[in-house]
Amino acid sequence: MIRSRSRYLLYIPLVLAALFFLLPMYVMLVTGFKSFAEVNLQTMWDLPQAGIKLDNFKEAYRNLAPSLGNSFLMVIPAAVISSILGSINGYILAKWKFKGADVIFPLILFGMFIPYQSILIPLVSFMRQIGLYGSIPGLVLTHVIYGIPITTLTFRNYYATIPKELLEAARIDGAGIIRIFTKVLLPISLPSFVVVLIWQFTSAWNDFLFAVALTKPEAWPVTVALNNMAGSQIIAWNVQMAGSFLAALPTLVVYIFLGNYFLRGMMAGSLKG
Amino acid sequence: MASVSYNHVSKRFGDFSALKDLNIGIEDKEFLVLVGPSGCGKTTALRCLAGLEEVTSGEVMIGDVVVNDVAPKDRDIAMVFQSYALYPHMTVYDNMAFGLKLRKLPKEEIKTRVENAAKILGIEQLLKRRPRELSGGQRQRVALGRAIVREPKVFLFDEPLSNLDAKLRVQTRAEISKLHQRLQTTFIYVTHDQTEAMTMASRIAVMNKGVLQQLDTPQNLYDFPANMFVAGFIGSPAMNFFQARLVKEGTYLFLDTGDMKVKIPESRAKIYMPLAGRDVIFGIRPENIHNPQFAPPGIHAEIVKTKVDVVELMGFEILLYLVSGNTTFVARVDPRTRFAMGDNVELVFDMDHFHIFDPGSDPENPVAVR
Repeated sequence: MIRSRSRYLLYIPLVLAALFFLLPMYVMLVTGFKSFAEVNLQTMWDLPQAGIKLDNFKEAYRNLAPSLGNSFLMVIPAAVISSILGSINGYILAKWKFKGADVIFPLILFGMFIPYQSILIPLVSFMRQIGLYGSIPGLVLTHVIYGIPITTLTFRNYYATIPKELLEAARIDGAGIIRIFTKVLLPISLPSFVVVLIWQFTSAWNDFLFAVALTKPEAWPVTVALNNMAGSQIIAWNVQMAGSFLAALPTLVVYIFLGNYFLRGMMAGSLKG
Repeated sequence: MASVSYNHVSKRFGDFSALKDLNIGIEDKEFLVLVGPSGCGKTTALRCLAGLEEVTSGEVMIGDVVVNDVAPKDRDIAMVFQSYALYPHMTVYDNMAFGLKLRKLPKEEIKTRVENAAKILGIEQLLKRRPRELSGGQRQRVALGRAIVREPKVFLFDEPLSNLDAKLRVQTRAEISKLHQRLQTTFIYVTHDQTEAMTMASRIAVMNKGVLQQLDTPQNLYDFPANMFVAGFIGSPAMNFFQARLVKEGTYLFLDTGDMKVKIPESRAKIYMPLAGRDVIFGIRPENIHNPQFAPPGIHAEIVKTKVDVVELMGFEILLYLVSGNTTFVARVDPRTRFAMGDNVELVFDMDHFHIFDPGSDPENPVAVR
């Protein structure tokens, strides 16, 4: 009895915390459904009076459609390529300790701790030199490179949990360094791939800084486009909020559908037997 | 099928010497067991043969070929790991076929070999399962199967039974022996369990601290251990050791521990005569100490007075833990013996089966005198 009552007590702070984090989401949604006249600070918590209207979403979509497309074109290769590179790095660092590995691994991780603002100017001039400035591929390249530290770390830690006998058995069976990776490790790397793909998808999708610095209007991803949708004189908050929701939707969907794998992958040293 | 030899093999890990000048010749079709306590170098020796470790110096040979610089896959060996190391994402069939596919064998050939091995091991009905759906014993069989299908020159086993429960271990032990009979291939088997070594091996190499202590048949190791380490390692319960002095009285030679004094039979006395007056280690196995009532006839029995500390009934025998002055020892006596804790009793030592070790030879590990 006592145990189950304390169980319920546990839910109270959890539910409160969840509500707290959902508040901005709520405001974003209700505002998105309101008409322009209805939007003001005094009534921001109220539900839409004139019923649910999708006009704002339609308009936001009209404005954002090309940049949503750009975001997908940018995020998918960025996530996939940095995951693949991370898994290769992680494999080598975890299982084929070479001379200097203990120096190289921290150096790779160091990349995570560099504030992005500090490298913006050299980054832009570098992209100009290699002719990728302003384009989606340039942004992809940037996200791939800045993804490598975290993807490498995740895969290295995962592969470190794989018993070395498994690789030795494969060596005796006749597999070399590449085939051990492709035939033995990659097929059991799904949990890490899910973690890393979600992570990279989300961080590249939500990125504003690199996008605004590196892309021209025709290559804008949705974050930049959303920012620029706001007029210079009047901001149509209802359309803006609807657009924000559209911009946030893909990462939400990814998390809702793959979130379980994400948690499981984060927990996993898993995979026994 | 091939012979294997270690010629002056040493292996260092930084400052640690895992193998020191190891010399072992293993004949074709032999079942050699490497045995010793953990850290003795037995697994390192096996891994050097597999090619998973490089030797620091010396030669490892398979057949007539020095394999020091040959990759594991080209050594024509197969290995069964302690953890089985099955590929978790592959079915049992694919686990067994993996090595053959990498070697580009024709599909029908692979199928025949896998099915044959599965039949030998009784796992035909498991071929479509994945390792996580199998019990420990079944996984173990798959690991064996993966080795069998390769038809290697040499099979290597690294403590393959230590993850099984006691009953299954005994059963699998017999099956591995049968497998050796059937395959007629060289088996090299690493274990820390002397019972496993004694029951399966055609010869045993006992190792300690990276050094080969003795290489012989199980019976010879038991009867004629070369030094105190081997004497104490082979046999369970272990051999009893007493600090003793060899005392010459008239033409007789006695072993005097201070608490007890036993006469050495004349036939063996002359061997030890040169050591008369010296301190030695006297060793006798628990099974060579008897209750006088049930002692086998015709042995050179020497009576010893002692006190029973603990009695362990085993059913087919009784283990007596005994105290004599400062020394404790164990006797394995007839189950009809009726002794109780605290009894002062008389037992007999069978002086046809005892061992003398000379601390003067090597104080750390005295060598047997014979």
